[in-house]
Amino acid sequence: MKKPLTSKLSTMYRNDPHQWRLVILMIVWMVFMALTRFRKFYTLINFQTMSSQFPEFGLMALGVMLTMITGGIDLSVVGTANLTSILMAFMMIGATDASGSMSGGTIILAFLLAIVIGAACGALNGFTISKLRIPPILATMGANELFSGICMVMTNGNAISKFSRRYAETINNKLFGLIPVQLLIFAAMAAVVWFMLNKTSYGTKLYLLGTSSKAAWFSGINNTGILMKTYITSGICAALGGMIMLANYNSARADYGSVYTLQCVLIVVLGGVNPNGGKGKVSGVVLAICLLRMLETGINRFPKISSYYISLIWGGVLILVMVLNYFAERRPEREIRKMQKKQAAKA
Amino acid sequence: MNKTLEKKKFSLPHSSEPYVFLVLLLLCILIEIRSGQFFTANNIVDICSAMIVPGLFAAGTFMVIISGGIDISFPALASLATYATTRLMLNMNYEGGVLIPILIALAIGAVLGAFNGLFIGYFDLPAMIVTLGSSNVFKGIMQGALKSKQLAVIPVGMRTYGTSALFTVQNSQSGLTSRMPVAFISLVLVYAVVYFVLHFTMFGRGIFAVGGNDISAHRAGIHVKRTKFLVYVFAGMIASLAGVTRTCMMQQCHPTNMLGMEMNIIAGVVLGGTAMAGGSGTLIGCVLGTLLIVTVENSMILLGISTTWKSVFVGAIILIGTAISAYQSTRKIRKKKIGEDAKAEGGAA
Repeated sequence: MKKPLTSKLSTMYRNDPHQWRLVILMIVWMVFMALTRFRKFYTLINFQTMSSQFPEFGLMALGVMLTMITGGIDLSVVGTANLTSILMAFMMIGATDASGSMSGGTIILAFLLAIVIGAACGALNGFTISKLRIPPILATMGANELFSGICMVMTNGNAISKFSRRYAETINNKLFGLIPVQLLIFAAMAAVVWFMLNKTSYGTKLYLLGTSSKAAWFSGINNTGILMKTYITSGICAALGGMIMLANYNSARADYGSVYTLQCVLIVVLGGVNPNGGKGKVSGVVLAICLLRMLETGINRFPKISSYYISLIWGGVLILVMVLNYFAERRPEREIRKMQKKQAAKA
Repeated sequence: MNKTLEKKKFSLPHSSEPYVFLVLLLLCILIEIRSGQFFTANNIVDICSAMIVPGLFAAGTFMVIISGGIDISFPALASLATYATTRLMLNMNYEGGVLIPILIALAIGAVLGAFNGLFIGYFDLPAMIVTLGSSNVFKGIMQGALKSKQLAVIPVGMRTYGTSALFTVQNSQSGLTSRMPVAFISLVLVYAVVYFVLHFTMFGRGIFAVGGNDISAHRAGIHVKRTKFLVYVFAGMIASLAGVTRTCMMQQCHPTNMLGMEMNIIAGVVLGGTAMAGGSGTLIGCVLGTLLIVTVENSMILLGISTTWKSVFVGAIILIGTAISAYQSTRKIRKKKIGEDAKAEGGAA
């Protein structure tokens, strides 16, 4: 009875070793937290807080993942998110009446407009990358500078917060008193991205484009169109992330979330997406997001450890995972070489 | 024969340096028309002195990009090296010249650069991701382990180095004076060394070869792993020199105010026509690109534009500038494909 289970587990591990390494890392961390800070970590409120915080950058990371599968990168997610949240904050200030309330339709309208703005920002990236052929790092970096510059000009660096509290209250609600709305938005977007990648021809083309754009071009794939779609989706993800930021802080500012750019890239790489393109799964990225959130929240439970160590730990974990992957990838090669040597010796 | 010659005469230059120079010149003339203050001695000296630190960073980044990699950890690296050096000097009550602090910072920079180089060169991991991770590690060491805070006082030797001037100029209209810092010599020196290394040593030619195609470089007998490793060590040393120079010029050590510079520096280098994929680029282009970014950042006030617009302008310059150089390179490829002047092109590149 025991043997089939272990062999099943080992085939599961071999199918996707990277993801299972993340799972193991997470279990180790959860056991560690259980042993040291059980009462403070394993509470419903703690998990609810965590799952209402991570969708901000989780959504942005989804977008970065898509672009990284094409072999590009999107460094403009934070700029897009802030631009969206500031524009929507202005819109909602206009919609707030004298008594400080706002109709529910405005919130839906805000989300629809946010998607349009995100798509427009993404389209700019898609255009500069696929048509003008600017390297993605530079194009999105320039776009980020441009977007945050526009935010700065619109707000003069001040926080915009005088809109109805109803928006923040709606988003901070919990479904059935249990599941935060932010998590629902994130889950919905993750499902959409998963569907796009695995169930549509767009997904297959995307992976091919990421593996070799030349091969994709020769197979008659419209590379420009695929890249446009990808960056537009990334923009929409970022815009939704911005809407959640707007609710979580109940205000919008030009420099909110500036650490998220690098954090998103970190999450995506940790989630097993190949920075050269062609490889990556939604499940891996979601795992990486949860792992990072848990690490950070867990470390915060130890007041003696300076919060500055978090960046050290993130960087360390990132490099560690890459090195582990390096050795894991080399192992089959080494085995083949050994076998070849043996055969040569026999001959 | 005659026809090709004629055609060559009228074709636009293929490298992007002339375009960057043209944009820079237009910008300068625009600022001059708006303010009448651009081509004054003190403004030019001010821009030169503002150019020192970005220029140093750009030299290191230039080498890394030529080798086909990218380094986004240099501001964190420089901050850590500078902070550790200044702190050490203060603890020792050091009162000598600036040479010892610079040497110590260079040593720290080399070690930190070697950390990058080890993973990128010997483990062959993607440079962008490794330096992203290492910049977090460096920041964590600086803010967590060293508990960095602003150092308002720096050792006497460093202070005199930062404040002493090569020469001073005065603007006859406004009466403002500007000093040309001695540190400008370090910029010139570093560029001379980088030029010499890149063009007259095996190692330097190896950097170009590795950036162009590392498999052919390997076949040609270049030690690819060691070359990559050394590039990051070298870049780390230049970055730490830039960090110390900045601290000396600012008269205080602010651990975090260099962070976030990486994007503008990389943009400047690429604006100057250095190929992101590696293998080609010129030092003159690198200087021009950086100068363009520095000029935009420094001339907002002269143009009478509020500084809140700075990011918008820098972003627009990055997009427009890189679009031009990207267009240049695709045009080059298209021409090559047709086979027109294929040989001359290859010779020129």
